[in-house]
Parts: sequence; C-alpha cells; structure tokens
Amino acid sequence: MTESEGKPTWQQIEIGAIITEPGSARQYQTGDWRTQRPTYVHERCIKCGLCSIYCPEGCIEPNEEGYFEADLFYCKGCGICARECWTKAINMVEEE
Amino acid sequence: MTQRVGIEVSRAVAIAAKLANVDVVAAYPITPQTHIVEDLSEMVASGELDASYIPVESEHSAMSSCLGSVAVGARTFTATSSQGMELMHEVLYVASGMRLPVVMAVANRALSAPISIWGDHSDVMSVRDTGWIQIFVTNGQEAFDNILCAFRIGEDRRALLPVMIHLDGFQLTHVIEPIYLEEQGDVDRFLPRFEYPLPLDPDKPVTMGAFGPPDIYTEVKKAQDVVLTSSKEVILEAWKEFGDIFGRYYSPIQCYRCEGAKVLLMTMGSFSETAMSAVDAMRDDGHAVGLLNLRLWRPFPFAEIRQAVKDADVLVVFDRALSFGGPGGPVCSEVRSALYSLDKRPKVVGFVGGLGGRVVSIAGFREIIERGTRIASEGTEQEFEMFGVRE
Repeated sequence: MTESEGKPTWQQIEIGAIITEPGSARQYQTGDWRTQRPTYVHERCIKCGLCSIYCPEGCIEPNEEGYFEADLFYCKGCGICARECWTKAINMVEEE
Repeated sequence: MTQRVGIEVSRAVAIAAKLANVDVVAAYPITPQTHIVEDLSEMVASGELDASYIPVESEHSAMSSCLGSVAVGARTFTATSSQGMELMHEVLYVASGMRLPVVMAVANRALSAPISIWGDHSDVMSVRDTGWIQIFVTNGQEAFDNILCAFRIGEDRRALLPVMIHLDGFQLTHVIEPIYLEEQGDVDRFLPRFEYPLPLDPDKPVTMGAFGPPDIYTEVKKAQDVVLTSSKEVILEAWKEFGDIFGRYYSPIQCYRCEGAKVLLMTMGSFSETAMSAVDAMRDDGHAVGLLNLRLWRPFPFAEIRQAVKDADVLVVFDRALSFGGPGGPVCSEVRSALYSLDKRPKVVGFVGGLGGRVVSIAGFREIIERGTRIASEGTEQEFEMFGVRE
C-alpha cells in the first residue's frame, strides 16, 4: 500500500479535517492528472507570455532564457496554452 | 426562585437561545418555526439581546451563514422546518463534516407534495444521516431545557458537532405551556463560554473545508462517525449536570411505566405524552404495558434500547414518517435492526401514522397497542401498517 505511506490514520485527522499548515496545496501534484503534456518549439516562441496568462493552473513561467514553460509537477495537460498560443509554438503530445 | 410562566413554546425556545447568550442568529422564517426567529429578531432589534441577526434570503444561506459564524468562534443559533430544512440540506452535511457546532431548533413538519404545513417527522428522517446530534423533545419544558443542553453538548471539545432539537410543529411550537424559564446566573453556570479550538484567525491562519481526495476521505468519515457515536458520553454528562443544577433529568430513552411490562410502545416527540395517557388507561384496566419515549435519535442509543426491551414480548413502534417502498417507519426499521443480533428479543410490530397533522388520540394509541399485540400473537407481522387510513 504505497499510496498510504505517510498519510494520517483516522485518529490523526485534525478536527473537521482543518489544515493548519499554510500553503500546503503546493504539495499537491496535480500533474498526476495529465494525459497530455505541452512541448515547445522555441523557434516559433515570441516570449509574449499569453500562455502563462491563460494557464488555469498558474504554473507557466519563463525559464532562464525567457521561454515560457509549464511546471510539470502541476500542469494538468489541459492544452489551453497550446490553443491560445498565437504562433503555434506549443504542441500537446500524449504522455507515455 | 425561578417562576413558572405560561408561555408559547416557540417563545420559550427563543428565550433559551437568548439565555445561552448567542452571538449570531441567521435564520429564515417558515411555518411553524416562525415565532422562534421572529422573537429573536425583536430581541436583537430592541437591544435586549446583544447579537448579530442575519436576515438571510433563504435557508441555504441561513445555514451557510451559521457555518461562517461558528468558524470564527461565535455561538450560533438558527431554526427551521420542513421545506426550509430541505433547502439547507446540503449545507447540513458541511456543518457536521467541518465539526461546526451550530444549534438548530427544528419545528417538525410534513413535506410536500401535497403541500402540508402540519406536523409529522418526514423532515427529520430526510436529514437523519447528516451527522448532526438529534434530540426529540416531548413538551415545552423539554424544548427550553434541551436548547440550553444543545449548546453545552455541541460546543464540548470532545463533540464539536451541530445539534438539532426536534419539537413537533404546532403541537409544541404553537401551544402555551407552563415552563420554568431559568435564571441567567444558573444558565451561565451550566453553559461555559464557547471557544472553538481552531477558529478562523488572521494571526493564525487555517484552511477549513478543503477538498478531501480519495486517500484521506475515508479516514475523515471514520473520525466523524466515531466522534458522533462517542458524543453520547458528552450528552449524558450534560444532561446529568443540567439535572443537578435545574432538577430535571433527561435520558436517551424515557421508560414510562415499563416495570413488568410485556408489551411496550415506542414513540418520539409530543405524541409520547398522548401515548402515556393511553398506557395509564390500560394499566388501570390491568394490562402490563409501558411506553418508551425515544429522545436521542442520533447518536442512536443501541445499548439503552436493548436494555429497555429485554423483558418485553412485544414492541410496538409508532412512526410519524414513511420510507416509501421501503421498510415503513424509519424508527421501527432501526430498532428492528438493533435487536436482530439478540438471542432473546421481542416481536417488533410497526405502525405509521400521525402524518401531515393527523391526530392520534389516546384511544388511538390504545388501539395501536392492542392491535400490535394481536398481530404479534398471531405471528402475522408485516413490515408495517398504516394507522387510521381510510380504506
């Protein structure tokens, strides 16, 4: 039962499942949900950042070279970035 | 010395909430609960009660407001009935799941259709599994007393659960009864200040009502079930202390003239007093019958019920609600289930009646007991029988 490792027992649940640790949602790997992932054609990218504005997960940021990329820990693979990209610099591909 | 005054039961319930020094009342009026929240509204408007009154646009908003107010640690009261409780239905689960001890008076009433403003227990049964502590009262004094107990029970750190006090619409809400309205000092002695252990507080942020993925939901529900079941200890303690201060003691089941009774009738709510008169009359005629008045509906008092019926041959259960296409009366169904594992158990005969304000008289309860006894002796018990239906 690897899924249960480190998870609280029913006796350890806080009253009403209240969460006392601020920002704990950061630990939630929504990237697990993904069936497709974005791939990037940097030659077409004009670094406008529209993909990051449209990303419902808020997980797209520019890398050191200024190209916008999704953080795959959170990216759910919805494809909105690829759809909104003006220059067609983003393509969704099936996850292996 | 506390005076016993003649007062409408709804007004006594409002006074109980005032004596509990509630911080917030969020409510929407609905017959037959209206007088309760109307009175509280007037008390707040006149300055008699220092509380916030939130005149919401629906029952859904009423219960939602109550959640928010308990979440910051405010003592919170509301009241509803029937269709109103149906409209707040989904929020009821949130109150118990988030462990927010709202106290709610429920003026029990039938459900549409056809439209009926009159009393029965259909509304109660539709919220049976919402995770609230649920207590039935038999008369006005019990209503007043148990509103006070509800705050004490629900807000106890070992419980932190919302509590419904069920009082029958009209038969209780709209009658004038002699009731001891207790002194503020005694109430304060019984009812400590409410301190929610993890309130919403900008200096100490917490997240309430977050989502629970599959790897945690089962554990949360197990914890919730255990706390509701074990809240019985808190309830018994509160009732004991209430009795020690005010002289009126309550128990999960009231056994009325059960000594040596071979036939027992079980009822809930105001009809229990009518049934008591039927038992008195039958005892006078030499019949060994008694009444079990079921007060604690959730957590269900399994042990007390098994104990109460252990010497009886027949148990007749009278329900004021119907599980359509199912086992008939919900109370009867649960009692049958509670007794199933026992080697020696009484025959259980179920009746459903008193629906939508239909009166069951003393003679009616006598007929129910006699007919139930006959059915049991003939061995012809069905799932249930409708009482008083025209055929």
